[in-house]
Amino acid sequence: MSYRLGPTTTPDTKFFWDGLKEGRILVQRCKGCARLRHPPRPMCPHCNSLEWDTIAASGRGTVHSFVLPRHPQWPWFEGTYVVALVDLEEGVRLVTNLVDVDPAEVTIGMPVEGRVEHFDDGVSLHQFRPRSPR
Amino acid sequence: MSHPLRGRAAIAGIGQTEFSKESGRSELQLACEAAKAALDDAGLSPRDVDGLVTFTMDSSEEAEVARNLGIPRLTLFSRIPYGGGGACAVVHQAAMAVATGAAEVVVCWRAFNERSGMRFGGAAMAGATTLPPFLDMVGPYGLLTPASWVALQARRYMHEYGVTNEHFGRISVVDRKHAANNPAAWFHGRPITIEDHQASRWIVEPVLRLLDCCQESDGGVALVVTSTERARDLRHVPAVVLAAAQGCADDAELMTSYYRPEISGLPEMGIVAEQLWRQSGLRPADVQTAFLYDHFTPFVLVQLEELGFCKRGEAKDFATVERLSIGGELPINTSGGLLGEAYIHGMNGIAECVRQIRGTSCNQVDGVEHVLATAGTGCPTSGLILGRA
Repeated sequence: MSYRLGPTTTPDTKFFWDGLKEGRILVQRCKGCARLRHPPRPMCPHCNSLEWDTIAASGRGTVHSFVLPRHPQWPWFEGTYVVALVDLEEGVRLVTNLVDVDPAEVTIGMPVEGRVEHFDDGVSLHQFRPRSPR
Repeated sequence: MSHPLRGRAAIAGIGQTEFSKESGRSELQLACEAAKAALDDAGLSPRDVDGLVTFTMDSSEEAEVARNLGIPRLTLFSRIPYGGGGACAVVHQAAMAVATGAAEVVVCWRAFNERSGMRFGGAAMAGATTLPPFLDMVGPYGLLTPASWVALQARRYMHEYGVTNEHFGRISVVDRKHAANNPAAWFHGRPITIEDHQASRWIVEPVLRLLDCCQESDGGVALVVTSTERARDLRHVPAVVLAAAQGCADDAELMTSYYRPEISGLPEMGIVAEQLWRQSGLRPADVQTAFLYDHFTPFVLVQLEELGFCKRGEAKDFATVERLSIGGELPINTSGGLLGEAYIHGMNGIAECVRQIRGTSCNQVDGVEHVLATAGTGCPTSGLILGRA
């Protein structure tokens, strides 16, 4: 059984988690000025518009930073796991896990690709893997 | 023209409980003990107090503290958010109240059983089945402790400037060296070497080892703020507030400000620094000693850069054990800091700054004219410069 501690959604973040359940990494786009923003929030900090829609991210990005949390051990993770900041090619950054990679091989700037993983407890999260640079 | 806050208020009293891992009494009692000790230190009575300021995270109600101390009349009560980021801001708030006449004598306090009661780190999340909403974007991926939040940001700082964990270890060595000489410090008599630091286990690899992370403590600290004029007639040399400031930068979060174009700085401390130097009319070279908030060692290096003690990316060369220890050019955290003395959300560091101004520190720096204190970093924060009257 593979499970994760799930989010507590709010009216501002529900679209993001619903998107993951449907297998998509959604990024908020302002309808006023078309700028993308993440994490989700109700108002555009550039034009103050409250109107927004979303785009589905390609999932392609690069590693901006990463760490290996060692202590404490959590029931949700077995052994070594990698937490990373990934810069998506669309221009926003998110916190994620890097999987299917030897932690010793991870580097800042590494090209990665994300897709959604559905855990056994119903939690859906994006997870990133190394990709060949384009 | 002089800044309207500069020199108007002073810290006239400091008080603290013992620093322990299990106080055995309520947080309210710790708050009252620290406040009474600070008033005794100043030579003032609870009846003189008309203002109270604490942290939003503090569990003791102002009215409860007032009824225990016997404060008959309060005209100012205020709280500061963002945990340790509020440490210097409580004094800022008190100084503004004194300068405007909103209150004459203000007690600032922070008291908690952070070790034996509700803890902030992994213990807080053990057994959790849901996340608080502020952790939604990081918690599911395994960032569930302050150490891990700080580490992901600090890792990028290491990458950009060629900083290693050994560089961070120098801060631990300095703090523990100073704590070793402070009888009130939890780590009194227990200095460490850089080898000890490098041998301690990883908490978040490759950024934070055990000895990069501050301890958890039970205890309370209180400060009495009044007008500089009144403070001159009290028991001790006043620690005059020459500058006090808060700062919050664009796109900030509570310790997970990961979404800015650059994350290798602490821009909220840059905002604080700019105000501190402008208000005080001083430069970094005018400061003889400092308390730099040391919940996690990496951000002490970044603070040295944001405050202008060295240039961006140069803290790894600037922050030597010699320079930052007693006898060096800029001794920091002379009571041992949060790593060595106690974790009272930074308030114990401010109390130490007051002792440095008075000349009564157990690690007294020679010729102290100006002392700088900072508050918790990685979140909206605050800072102070204190001087002699």
